[in-house]
Amino acid sequence: MTETVSLTMDEPVAHSLLDEDAQGVIGRPLNRIDGPLKVAGKATYAAEYQLDNLAHGFLIGAKFGRGRVTRIDAEQARTMPGVIDVFWDFDHFIRNPQQGGQKSKPVQGVRDVQYFGEPIAIAVAETFEQARAAAHAVKVEWIEEPGLFDFDGRLDEAVTPPEGATEPYACKGDIDAAMAQAAVTVDAVWTTPSQNSAAMEMHASIASWDDEGNLTVHGSYQMPASDRQQLADALSLPPEKVRIVSRYVGGGFGSKLGIAPESVASALAAKAIGRPVKTVMARQQVFDATVRRSNTRQRIRLGATAQGKLLAIGHETIGSNLPEEDFFEPAGIATQFLYAGDARRITHDNVPMNRLLSGSMRAPGEAAGMLALECAMDELAEALKLDPVAFRKLNEPEADPQKEQPFSSRRLVECYDDAAAKFGWEQRNRTPGGLRQGEWLVGHGMAASARSNKLQPSKARVAVEADGRVVVETDMTDIGTGTYTILAQIAGELLGQPLTHVEVRLGDNRYPPGAGSGGSFGAGSSGTSVYVACQSLRERIAAKLGVAADGVTFKDGLVIAENRTTPLGEIAGGMEVIGEIEPGKMDEDVTQASYGAHFCEVHVNAHTGEMRVKRWVSSFAAGRILNEKTARSQCIGGIVFGIGAALTEEAVHDWRNGKIVNRDLAEYHVPAHADVPHIEVTFLPERDVHANPMQAKGIGELGISGAGAAVVNAIYNATGIRVRDYPVTLDKLLAGLPA
Amino acid sequence: MKAFEYNRAASVEDAVAGAAAPGARFIAGGTNLLDLMKLQVMTPETLVDISRLPLDQVEHLVDAETRIGALVPNSDLAANPLIRQHYTVLSKALLAGASGQLRNKASTGGNLLQRTRCYYFYDPSMACNKREPGTGCSAQQGFNRILAILGTSEHCIATHPSDMAVAMRALDAVIHTLRPDGSERAIPIADFYRLPGDTPHIETVLEQGELITTITLPPPPPGVQLYRKVRDRASYAFALVSVAAVIDVQEGRIAGASLAFGGLAHMPWRDPQVEAALIGQAPSPALFDAAADALLEGARGYGHNDFKIPLARRTLAAVLRQAVEMHA
Repeated sequence: MTETVSLTMDEPVAHSLLDEDAQGVIGRPLNRIDGPLKVAGKATYAAEYQLDNLAHGFLIGAKFGRGRVTRIDAEQARTMPGVIDVFWDFDHFIRNPQQGGQKSKPVQGVRDVQYFGEPIAIAVAETFEQARAAAHAVKVEWIEEPGLFDFDGRLDEAVTPPEGATEPYACKGDIDAAMAQAAVTVDAVWTTPSQNSAAMEMHASIASWDDEGNLTVHGSYQMPASDRQQLADALSLPPEKVRIVSRYVGGGFGSKLGIAPESVASALAAKAIGRPVKTVMARQQVFDATVRRSNTRQRIRLGATAQGKLLAIGHETIGSNLPEEDFFEPAGIATQFLYAGDARRITHDNVPMNRLLSGSMRAPGEAAGMLALECAMDELAEALKLDPVAFRKLNEPEADPQKEQPFSSRRLVECYDDAAAKFGWEQRNRTPGGLRQGEWLVGHGMAASARSNKLQPSKARVAVEADGRVVVETDMTDIGTGTYTILAQIAGELLGQPLTHVEVRLGDNRYPPGAGSGGSFGAGSSGTSVYVACQSLRERIAAKLGVAADGVTFKDGLVIAENRTTPLGEIAGGMEVIGEIEPGKMDEDVTQASYGAHFCEVHVNAHTGEMRVKRWVSSFAAGRILNEKTARSQCIGGIVFGIGAALTEEAVHDWRNGKIVNRDLAEYHVPAHADVPHIEVTFLPERDVHANPMQAKGIGELGISGAGAAVVNAIYNATGIRVRDYPVTLDKLLAGLPA
Repeated sequence: MKAFEYNRAASVEDAVAGAAAPGARFIAGGTNLLDLMKLQVMTPETLVDISRLPLDQVEHLVDAETRIGALVPNSDLAANPLIRQHYTVLSKALLAGASGQLRNKASTGGNLLQRTRCYYFYDPSMACNKREPGTGCSAQQGFNRILAILGTSEHCIATHPSDMAVAMRALDAVIHTLRPDGSERAIPIADFYRLPGDTPHIETVLEQGELITTITLPPPPPGVQLYRKVRDRASYAFALVSVAAVIDVQEGRIAGASLAFGGLAHMPWRDPQVEAALIGQAPSPALFDAAADALLEGARGYGHNDFKIPLARRTLAAVLRQAVEMHA
């Protein structure tokens, strides 16, 4: 039995072993170790496993927005070539995906359909094409019932979700009084649309049962440890009889945190026919029946003294979700701690709607909320005749203004200064609508970036083999973020091995349960579990050598202590430890977040309203950077998401039935390459001793936070037009452009 | 996708013979047809693969016309020196469409026959007169941002998505075909497309089994050639409004104007009154406005696409201004 060494993050860790930097791999901009596999097509994604006797499933979705299925007629479909069966189970199909990290199943049962496209049956055939054709041939009868499809008209039906990881209401002082007292105010409403993560890899599962009733699902999932529990619960199995394998995931962005309908449908169908079943959602089904970022209506109230000191901050969000679903888009989450101001009112309510599930999508909360907050800050700065950077600095809090507790680390002001200097903010256009180059109006805008930092329980096994090779195992995932590489860097740094001598095995419940990829906590949490294991191995090795742990250097496969040099494998071969990290008091006693500042230049065509982002500079401080290249890629990717949120992305719901109208990548517009300029990203040196022993903070969702607002502030600066209804498509500018 | 029969044509004669029966369709690049078959928006019983037929040449003819084989890939046509030099508007329009990968695969003939991108046409769970005649139009009361403002009917407000066809409309291309009975036709592009009326499922005058073999372009018209496409992102999006323009300015007056529009109607749109309003006149903002008035007389928005009316006006004016500046 491998020993487990556990650390609970109750105290700051002032000294990080990573700073010894003996091997010199931590932090370096190293290429992904899985890169060659991916470009060569050798990284096996969920749907690519070749199993014997494999059958193919295709989900059948409801073609109505709310109602009851009365009959499924599969007679004809069953006679089609290659069709094995058409299968349904109204009691056990799951209605929608589960939210991330939940340990139980989502709502189960699909006879009462709650949203258009809800999967109610599955066609299973010898080939994918045959299954899809059969799915089309299945006839479903239903009784339609009146659905909740109108958002704007039902705001007064909004309900307050129960308290979960985030409090829906966080209020302090009397905001109405503070607004009345303020010399300058902004009070306006911003709206953001539903969005889809639109990961390149569609949701997919291959379910196979063995003779003992054990289920293996090769699935495209972000959090195998909890996904296993959800799936086991849905199938009434003990978790140990379920194994999820997600070695490579082609993007998730939150949409693959919890199990999705194809997993349970595949498992049930596989059991029924006694063969493995693979189900890959079609792109349209990903839009119909996975998870969306909720649309929001956000009222922001800001009030300041004539000198620009904030007195009042109000951020009241109404989102939407399926009836009885608790998740809400926590749009005000960064508003709680970003700026000083005594009177604060941050609230979240949900309008129940018959639309597909809303849940986490990259930076749930900040991504939508900062689109409103950071534009409101820009509006107030203008009303105060202050530079938006200077205005933000004036309201930089000493400590968390909501919780009245210290920040763990916060270099936001340095981020403003660094990015402003690199961007040339001093030379910005100061007259909205006043700078023109030919047909193009030129504008400059900025916004702050902030994203809460979290630690999640995570475990990893680290073993040293006889030849000195280091093996890291955890069911943590790499969803394109670079987990394989950074875990190898951490283990390689601490045990003194180059990356060629570290093997990282991920995404399989056979390994110790990891944090999974979500909420920007993956690197910090799973990385720390590796760190803890390596620290313990170092101590064991030192003890075996009879020296103090801090008297040993690990480098290039050698252990060096008191003039003795021993190969790592010789002294440590066969050793293995499971490292475990648990969040502790540091999560509660200090406010942890990563910060940054975005600056951009946007050109707006004076005739047509077309918008082109031309320049981008962002600076971030996120504690220790574990790999400067993968971290940079994360930030750039997030900023691209922000550009999309600002300009193009909207999942449109049909008002008649709630369904997504633009459900492919031709009409759901994420930015194309031509929409994205060169993005200059700088990481300011920082260590966060409260976050974890690596002193690193999350980075996956930092780039998106605030990015879209910088774009829209630049559009205002270019045109003099404030649009508060996202995305800012050109039609919203036309009326205000020069004739 | 419904099961279908697949035949590879050995010759154009073989192709038209093989596609004479109802339910048969030609396939070349398949960049649009395959997507629609996967969704069962289109369910051909037979596919006749014409992709290997020798229709892939761009030729300069003795009478100064240019002949383009129906199977010339969009990327090749855009890069062809003859097209780049003499029919700039066509090259620019091609490059404004789709993505590099799609242009490599898409054929000239197939591009002319692209189906609309109306969201509801693509969605078999919603009513669509174009997909299933008589079921109704979901778009008029639904989300219609990308749909038509000109030439619509109560049955259909779809737009034609091609950029290439808009340029060809401005260039007065002629579409040459072969019919199953062996007869050939030369169809001016002005007569090729149909408005939706009460048969929105019939989009062109092509008959069952009739194969586009070549497209000819008349000698290049005098003047500057422009293609301007306004869309929701910088690349890989269909036109909200596009303008293909050939404008000739002589002695301070517009001597020639050929203007075709994309994103506005069920077909590449060309209106002789727009050109008549311009020809012989000295360019001015008021003149451009008058041309836009002529274009947009009778334009009708359906809510989400109302903005196309001012956008078309603005885009036309910008193109005309640019054309005049290029002469100066």
